[in-house]
Amino acid sequence: MRVALQVTCVNDAMFPDTGKAVVRLLRRLGVDVDFPQAQTCCGQPMVNTGYLDEAVPVVRTFVDAFAGYDAIVTPSGSCAGSARHQHSIVADRSGDPALVAAVAQTGPRTYELSEFLVDVLDVTDVGAYFPHRVTYHPTCHSLRMLGVGDRPQRLLEAVHGIQLVDLPNATECCGFGGTFALKNADTSVAMGADKARHVRDTGAEVLVAGDNSCLMHVGGMLSRQRAGVRVMHLAEILAATEETA
Amino acid sequence: MSGTFVGMPAFPTAAREALADTQLRRNLAHATRTIRDKRAAVVAEVEGWEELRVAGAAVKEAALRDLATHLETLEASLVRAGATVHWARDAEEACAIVAGVARDHGADEVVKVKSMATAEIGLNEALEAEGIAAWETDLAELIVQLGDDLPSHILVPAIHRNRAEVREIFRRRMGDVGRPAPDDLTDEPSMLAGAAREHLRDKFLRAKVAVSGANFAVADTGTLVVVESEGNGRMCLTLPDVLVSVVGIEKVVATWSDLDPMLRLLPRSSTGERMNPYTSTWSGVTPGDGPQEVHVVLLDNGRTRALADDVGRQALRCIRCSACLNVCPVYERVGGHAYGSVYPGPIGAILNPLLNGVSDEQTASLPYASSLCGACFEVCPVRIDIPSVLVDQRAAVVDSHRGDRVPKPEAVVMKAAAWTFSDARRLRWAERASGVAGRVLGRFSRTTLPGGRTAAGRLPGPAAGWTGARDLPAPPPESFREWWDRTDGGHRPDDDQEGRS
Repeated sequence: MRVALQVTCVNDAMFPDTGKAVVRLLRRLGVDVDFPQAQTCCGQPMVNTGYLDEAVPVVRTFVDAFAGYDAIVTPSGSCAGSARHQHSIVADRSGDPALVAAVAQTGPRTYELSEFLVDVLDVTDVGAYFPHRVTYHPTCHSLRMLGVGDRPQRLLEAVHGIQLVDLPNATECCGFGGTFALKNADTSVAMGADKARHVRDTGAEVLVAGDNSCLMHVGGMLSRQRAGVRVMHLAEILAATEETA
Repeated sequence: MSGTFVGMPAFPTAAREALADTQLRRNLAHATRTIRDKRAAVVAEVEGWEELRVAGAAVKEAALRDLATHLETLEASLVRAGATVHWARDAEEACAIVAGVARDHGADEVVKVKSMATAEIGLNEALEAEGIAAWETDLAELIVQLGDDLPSHILVPAIHRNRAEVREIFRRRMGDVGRPAPDDLTDEPSMLAGAAREHLRDKFLRAKVAVSGANFAVADTGTLVVVESEGNGRMCLTLPDVLVSVVGIEKVVATWSDLDPMLRLLPRSSTGERMNPYTSTWSGVTPGDGPQEVHVVLLDNGRTRALADDVGRQALRCIRCSACLNVCPVYERVGGHAYGSVYPGPIGAILNPLLNGVSDEQTASLPYASSLCGACFEVCPVRIDIPSVLVDQRAAVVDSHRGDRVPKPEAVVMKAAAWTFSDARRLRWAERASGVAGRVLGRFSRTTLPGGRTAAGRLPGPAAGWTGARDLPAPPPESFREWWDRTDGGHRPDDDQEGRS
């Protein structure tokens, strides 16, 4: 099986450790993951802000970069959701039948990390070790656009040494929302403040989620409040072992 | 008597003002949580809720697909039943028809059943301008009207008010417009409801003309349907001699049996009740019983515009249950007024642009009044994919500015980002620049994030919108793709400490 990592533009530029963690994790599970160098971004920042014409060449770059792979794995529910549900909108808009066909090929082969582990590799215990008190925030696009269900929780529960605690109002949006965080900064911050308060209430040392953009927002609030809670991507916890702990 | 949404600022400005009102936020958080928990409980009881949603969506979709035919059938059925049917293209025409009917009967007041359509067209204000007083008889609408306030919710227009505020409004204003509130009025709900009942009774018995909307209109039988909880609507529909019903053209369903899924979906989604207390249906005139003159105003007011929108037309399925408001994290924090319309929340954020276009700044701000979390779609009883329509309306906003002589800064940024993201070499160059910036920003930073990274500190320009309340990690010196190159995809030892993020 030819597997490609779609690292996401946010991870690539801001959170490279997440991509490294996915590579370590997949290699440990026997998957020889490739990183197609031509990849850039899924196009979601443009699509969600309404710049559909601008998203056309970005989506074209995406499908070109990942053509020929059996599976595309991404550590982001949001980007997987974009590939699966938004690329067709952009392709239809382009009026290019080749792009429409290419998008229909890549979309269904794009998996969010927890989906790939549980559904494709059929594992829940990935041999991780992380002896800390952790709470999990299911990001909106993982939860609703993609429907990853309890896969991330099942993966986390199988992590050795972990103490997983429930996050109150877990399914409520953290307020990031891409450009929403800037266009409606006050509302975004009000939502983030409530999310940060719920995280603090759990007494967790670490807040984990499957999307770094949401974590950047909530983590940024927690940091400003000097809450002492660290945010980590799911991939980093799943990649952790006795040696790295 | 009531205020108007005309001239409201764009959403971000209105939201900022609302967020500063801590009492409002407490009232809203409490109320929306209560309704959404009730809704979740009664929805969970229904086996096959998903199938019911699909059936509800199908009923409305079928009606919309052949709207012209259904409306003609409805008109013929209504006329056969003794009603007079009027067609109104816009708010002005609709208001003029209602005022004309009231004038023909020498009425200087009308009683009203709570109706979103009449609120949408600003009927009360239009009637007032003609010297006709319109009395709202729904408890929450009465609170809003007496408080000289604006509705903040589709179902619970006074959701932003607490009991103490309601008591104060009743004591201050009821006497000015009719029977005053009793001197010993407390903020007990039963006392408040009692005062409203006494106040309204005079109006029900005196009024010659009533105005209503309709939740549904059945084409083949010419039946209008109102679903309510208090019974005040039933009083309006039966006591006065003349009844005028203002009905949005999207309210039509083909047959009586089409009501079945709708009447099961609506109460559970809106009030969290298994069944609504009062369902009234009426078809034209029955000699000697109820209103002897019935007018039905079929209202367009932008609906055919929305119908012509391939993606947005699904918004016309909306049955005004307000489930999307109660689950929306944005609505919960800013309330309804910030949306600048009688249709607030997620449905308002798509319906207002669809009905009115996105040419003014206020309407154009609404598709962006969402984090696209998708909770609204999850609860919508007729499966309106609100997030997709929001994105499509954002595209409509962007497209409406494509001819601008001076592009907006956002458009410049988005075009630049798209250019960068269209080619991996360009992205690599941009990331290298961000890595350099990260090193510089890191030098000035005094904040270390838990886990060891330095924060970028407070940034100027548009980024200040972020760093005003949130720390931002400084960009790492090395991007993922540079790491992949340097270590041959992690196969070579990664001993370059400087390169580590």
